[in-house]
Amino acid sequence: MSYFRAENLSLHFGGLKAVDAVSFALEKGEILSIIGPNGAGKSSIFNLISRIYQPTSGRIFFEDQDITEQPPYDIARLGIARTFQNIELFENATVLSNLLVGRHRHSTTQLWQELLFLPSVRANEKLHRRRVEQVIEFLDLEPYRDKLISGLPYGVRKVIELARALCSEPKLILLDEPSSGLNVEETDDMSFWIRDLKNELGITVLMVEHDMSLVNRVSDRVIALNYGRVLAMGSPAEVQQHPDVVAAYLGA
Amino acid sequence: MRFLFKTDYEDDIRLFPHSGYVVSYGVLLAALLIAPYVLSSYLMSQLVFVCIYATVGVALLILTGFTGQASLGHAAFLAIGAYTAAYLQKYNVPFPVYFLAAGALTGLIGAMVGFPALRLQGIYLVIATISFAFIVEEILARWESVTNGNEGMRVKALSLLGVAVSRDSPTFYFLCLAVLVLTIVGTLNLLRSPTGRAFVAIRDSETAARSMGVNVALYKVKSFAISAAITGFAGVLFAHKLSFISPEMFTLQLSIEFIIVILIGGTFSLHGAVLGAIFIVMIDPFLTYLKDDMPGIIAGIAATFGAGTQSAANVHSKVAAFASLNGLKGAIYGIIIVLFVLFEPLGLYGRWLKIKLFFQLFPLYKRATFKRQKIYVKSERNR
Repeated sequence: MSYFRAENLSLHFGGLKAVDAVSFALEKGEILSIIGPNGAGKSSIFNLISRIYQPTSGRIFFEDQDITEQPPYDIARLGIARTFQNIELFENATVLSNLLVGRHRHSTTQLWQELLFLPSVRANEKLHRRRVEQVIEFLDLEPYRDKLISGLPYGVRKVIELARALCSEPKLILLDEPSSGLNVEETDDMSFWIRDLKNELGITVLMVEHDMSLVNRVSDRVIALNYGRVLAMGSPAEVQQHPDVVAAYLGA
Repeated sequence: MRFLFKTDYEDDIRLFPHSGYVVSYGVLLAALLIAPYVLSSYLMSQLVFVCIYATVGVALLILTGFTGQASLGHAAFLAIGAYTAAYLQKYNVPFPVYFLAAGALTGLIGAMVGFPALRLQGIYLVIATISFAFIVEEILARWESVTNGNEGMRVKALSLLGVAVSRDSPTFYFLCLAVLVLTIVGTLNLLRSPTGRAFVAIRDSETAARSMGVNVALYKVKSFAISAAITGFAGVLFAHKLSFISPEMFTLQLSIEFIIVILIGGTFSLHGAVLGAIFIVMIDPFLTYLKDDMPGIIAGIAATFGAGTQSAANVHSKVAAFASLNGLKGAIYGIIIVLFVLFEPLGLYGRWLKIKLFFQLFPLYKRATFKRQKIYVKSERNR
């Protein structure tokens, strides 16, 4: 049985088939990239997995559990975290409190305890902060720790998105175009971090990406999509030489 | 300038970041505690209203400022608290019991308003809360067996441990102050725990909050309930302070006053609620001053600049007529809101922060420090 599995996943908006009977599987500790031209349905697949969209048909399994009907906030609780293509950070909060929201799935305290800030809440807070500090160190975010998001440059925000997802201690992480808008150096850093996610933290990665050099460097396997359908699946080199993929990108 | 070196997680958790805060808030508290023995009874009365308005302001801040759910229905929550107190008092229920009951009932109703509000956003939510306020106002006027209709209800002086506490006594002021301080401390506690952070997350990006495991619907309802419950507590004190309540006291204008409290104070900090409350309570004496003294002053100025007795009297009567115009208060509110939104969106507290920074950095303060940052365009937002 595979670790994560999507079976015949479809998402139709009226006549438009954004995702059309897509099936794929992820092994534990694997980095799988989804590539494809604009509008191929890559981000839609992410939104289906994180339950922002309801699939028209098909099922999603994670750790042999059917998660197709789970409410969206439960997905994080199961250990699936994600980042967003267009950066969805909490603008008017500090980096630290953004990352602490990532710890939300681990919070166990009740409202009345929090109103009184009982010792149990305090102990929990310290635990959260210790974990957040580890992520800050892992991603070199120390200089920005107490800054407001609204004053930070784009590249840093991108890293904070990754950090927030990591704070939830996920088993599977969905990265939606982690390198978009980053310069060459930042993309390099990002590729090292993604390798480290797998090698050091043992996190399984599902990634949507346009930058082929990043895809080649980090991915174990690649899926190519076009018009919501799977064109090719396999190692990065295989997929890039697949005639259908070449045709989709360059036109036949 | 003071630099904080953080060596412990406590440094980020504690309520007072450094000893300077302890000193300044200690002085403020001491001043508030000796106030009833120093200030005139008129100012004390105003101070009680500041406490009540600030409590409602904090409640509204939780909902609007931190969770991002606008409400123009808080006058209704205040009314529910006030009427619960007045009704239960008729049956000789002791003060602590009806105080808590009023908060609990208002909180429950707040949660019930929160449920339909889950599907509404922005201006639609505002409209929904306004209609809720109108419904409550109408019920108060029609349900005569309980609320005594438009004739209103008398509220006796509250009795604490068998002793009657008059609405003008220092004890009543201390009670209001205690409620305000407890509300502020509770809110600060909430803001440094997961619930408060979930509120802020919902305000800034619901999608991201959801994908981080925040049950958005549950937390919105929680926010409504907490905000309403606090307003209910304030309503009890409000009823006792006025000693008479009737439906026409809890109108849309009152809800707007509460919005002004947080808008003028600053929607990002609890300081704002208190500053806004002081502002809104002090606007009444200002209007009275405008009505009583302004005509004389302006006529006097006109006379010194060579206007004849006749024309000075003319000026006097014109200014007096203007100052006693109906709806002048509403117009002034409107102008204040527009000016603040245009020129000081961060409110009075934001202005205070700027002044503070100016002196801390003197002479290096840059005017651009608080210029709005460029916001990255979000082309595709998942709502």
